Formats: sequence, C-alpha cells, structure tokens
Amino acid sequence: MREEWRIIAYVVTSGILVVMLYGYILYLYRSEKSGKRDYEKYGKLALDDEIDSPVIEDKPASERYKDEK
Amino acid sequence: MQSNAALEYDYSLAKKFTFLTILFGFLGMLIGTLLAAQLAFPSLNYLLGEYGTFSRLRPLHTNIVIFGFTVSGIFATWFYIGQRVLKVSLKESKFLMTVGNIQFWLYFVGALLAVVSLLMGITESKEYAQFEWPFDIVVVIIWVLWGLNIMGLIGIRREKALYISVWYYLACFLGISMLYLFNNMALPTYFTSGGLGSFFHSVSMYSGTNDALVQWWYGHNAVAFGFTVPIVGMIYYFLPKESGQPVYSYKLSLLSFWGLLFVYLWAGSHHLMWSTVPDWMQTMGSVFSVLLILPSWGSAINMLLTMKGEWQQLTENPLIKFMILASTFYMLSTIEGPIQAVRSVNAIAHFTDWIIGHVHDGVLGWVVFMIMSAIYHMTPRMFKREIYSKKLIETQFWLQTTAVVLYFTSMWIAGITQGMMWRAVDEYGNLMYSFIDTVNALHPYYVIRTIAAIMYLAGFMMFMYNIYKTVTAGREIEEEPQFRTPIAA
Repeated sequence: MREEWRIIAYVVTSGILVVMLYGYILYLYRSEKSGKRDYEKYGKLALDDEIDSPVIEDKPASERYKDEK
Repeated sequence: MQSNAALEYDYSLAKKFTFLTILFGFLGMLIGTLLAAQLAFPSLNYLLGEYGTFSRLRPLHTNIVIFGFTVSGIFATWFYIGQRVLKVSLKESKFLMTVGNIQFWLYFVGALLAVVSLLMGITESKEYAQFEWPFDIVVVIIWVLWGLNIMGLIGIRREKALYISVWYYLACFLGISMLYLFNNMALPTYFTSGGLGSFFHSVSMYSGTNDALVQWWYGHNAVAFGFTVPIVGMIYYFLPKESGQPVYSYKLSLLSFWGLLFVYLWAGSHHLMWSTVPDWMQTMGSVFSVLLILPSWGSAINMLLTMKGEWQQLTENPLIKFMILASTFYMLSTIEGPIQAVRSVNAIAHFTDWIIGHVHDGVLGWVVFMIMSAIYHMTPRMFKREIYSKKLIETQFWLQTTAVVLYFTSMWIAGITQGMMWRAVDEYGNLMYSFIDTVNALHPYYVIRTIAAIMYLAGFMMFMYNIYKTVTAGREIEEEPQFRTPIAA
C-alpha cells in the first residue's frame, strides 16, 4: 500500500509540475503574440552595455528625476 | 537626463575581488592536490603534524573553494556586470563605493581569519558550514553589505529592464541568505551546558534526523545558489558579450530561471536516501532532482544555440572554447546528478568516489572554467591591456581539460568499483570483501586522480601567470574592445 502511494505521489507531483511549466511557456508566448512584451529585445542588454549606449527601456522620467535629485 | 559623456565604469572593486579570486583559487586547489595525494599515499598525512592531516585540511579545501574562490568570483563579476547591464557607474554613488570597500576588507580579513580557525581545528563540524558562530556573524554582515550594493545599484540604474544575469545574482543573494541563516542556527556550549562548555564553541540548534535534513537542504542548495545560479548568471553575460551574439532565446532564459529556482530547493533530500528520513522525502528529493534536468539543460542549450552560425569562433577564440566547454560540463554534471539521485543508482553510488567525481566535473569543468574565462574577459577591460599570451591559454585549456577528464573518469570507475565491492556477497550471504580490499582496489585510481589534480593546478598557475603578465606587461590598448577580447599571439 505504501509503495502504491509513493507511485501515485510521484506521478501526480510530476504531472502538476509539467502543467505549471507548460503554463508558463504558454504565458510567455501569448504575451509576446499579443504585443504586451517583446522579450527577445532584452538579449541586447549584454551587448550594448556601454554607459552611453541607448537604454532599451528607460526608467520613467519621474523616477529618473527623483534619482538625480 | 544627466549627461554621462565623461562618466565611466568604476572597476576598482571588481579588480580587488579578482585578486582574491585568484589567491583563494590557488590556495584551494593547492590543498585539494595535497589531499588527493594523501589519499593515494597516506604517509603524506604526517608532513605538518596535526595541521597537515586529511581531516584538518579537507574542510579548508572545501571552504576555500566555496567561500573563498567562488564567492570572490561572484563578487568580482557582479561589480563588473552589475554596472554594465544596469548602465550605471559606481562612481555615481559614494555611498555604494564605501559599502563595497567595507565589504571587501571585511571579507578579506574575515576569510583569512576563517582559514586560520579551520587550520587550528576550530569547527562546528557541519559540512560546508564549519565556521564557528563569530565567523557566521561576519559572513552575514558581508552578505548584507553585498545585498545593499545590489539593491543600491538597481535603485540608481538607468536601464529599467533587469538583464537575466541580474536576476541570477539576486537569486544567489536571496538563496544564500536564507540557507546560511537557517543552517547555522547554533548555541554556544557554554549556555547549553549550564556554564561548563565554551563560549566560542557552538552546537546546532537542530538534532538527529532534523539536523541532517536542514544540513542537506543547505548543503545541496549551497551548490544551487553558489555553484550554479551565479555561474549561470555569468555565462549569460560573458558568452553573448564575448561572441557578439545576443542570447539565443531570452524566453528560454526566463523559463530556465524560474524552473531552476522552483525545483532546486526541493532536491536536497536526495543526499539522505536510504537513511532515517521519511520515505516520502527521499522520493521528493528524487523527483525534483530528475526534474532539474529541464531548467539546467534549458540554460546550457541556450548557450550552445547562442553560438549558432558562429561556431568558427570556437577555433579562433580561446575564451569561447573555455565557455562552451564550461557549458558542456554543466550539462554533463546536471545529467549525472539526477542519475545519482535515482534510488537504485544511489544505493550503489552513495558514500563512494563517484560522488566526488560528480562534484569535481561540476566545479573544475563548469565553475572554475567559467570564472577563469570571466577574468580573462574582464582583465583587458579593467586594466586596458591585451591578454599576454594566447599560446599559454591554449596550453592551459588542453592541460586542464585532460585533467578534468582524468579526474572524473578515475572517480567514476573507483566509485562504482567501491559500491559494487561493498555490496558483494557470497552464496551464503556473507560480505565478500573487507574495507581494506576496496582500498587496495582503488589505489591506482587515486594515483590517476593525483596526477589529474597536479595537471589542473599547473593549468591554474599558467592562468595566474598570464593574468599577472597581462596586468604588468600586456600591450596597452586605447579603446575598450566591444566584443572579442584582444589576446597577443
């Protein structure tokens, strides 16, 4: 009986995790398709990393202003 | 927007921690080599009295490699990468510079004293958590200072988006904070014995099986948040930057990040298989260990695919070679770990040298290769000089790669031989071999491991020499290279 429970727990846990994983993949692709986010542009952050390189997403002006004060 | 035409990145902290990375790397590997030799030739245990025995030196080796070499490497690369991907200079905040400098000096002095304390045999006797409580407090202060610096730099950043590497460094900071605090909960024996014990010697607040569970939740996740998460953060920056190719799939990097963080924390109980912890916990450890293949390989494959269409760089640029091999060893190590966490395999592998082989193909092949390539990439930019010698890097690469292969293959064979011999029974159910039989059978593999250790250490010394010559005699460069690191032929 204990052995059976262990097998059930193994399968159920794996199943839940797989669903969560695919759910997240779906979320990433959907938000890109709907135009909410373009994830791939962030890849450039490592390449254009000079201090005067153009920023990919600027902090809102109000926030920068607060920082610079 | 503030004009930043004259502004440049401040590498002073990155330089200081790079120096410590090299110092502790050498010390850790030197002691490791002596330990390997002691296992093959036990008379080497008696060179330095009590200070030279295997039992005294082993915690020194592990702690120097983890908390000395790797953590310095994490700090050095953070103070380099952090500024660059957030597009903000440390020069812009006196406060953060001061905090960083206090962190450095506290860490340097604290680490040296901690080394001395372990050499003196002062220990809490918990694996990878041997430091006595006063050192634990210093570690916490250093960590909080580093956290302040990460959060501070993020707070004054120009770039709103946090690059994936920053997420990994944040995870390293948060993960280690949690693990270190919970596993090092201890009370001085003075208080637990009603005034008879020592004020400076402490014992764990947990006991028995609970202590083992907390210990291995910590032990395994120290590998997760020390040897994996920040090193993945490094490769996500250094490989794209060195090759000039953006990461193949940013979405995959996010998926791997959350996958790794969610899964890793639950896998620690695989260290306690076939022991007194509840069965379901062992099963959970096994399930989550197997699931770990997904996020680990997600990152590693992402790195390999980043080189798509640019594979000629592998033959032209030795740093790319180092990083691709590091990524490959990461794949090897993260498929090997889950295999060892399967119950039936673990029954043979547990307590054998196969585990030692696993740790070392991960650390020597993945962690050290990645940190060395990070330093090779950063040095010309920090000191404005080209790398002193390409030939030396090439020789070092092949010497160390051969060394890692010799190390893990000898330990695989030794471990499986050991596991099988311990279990072997004759037709009446009696054990066929005594312990000394296994020791005799393993001797040749221990000798091979010693040779591998010497080769790896020699490679590391070539690296040290190359960096030293770069800083002191490398040809000066006027402009910072955008992608490929300049190396003299």
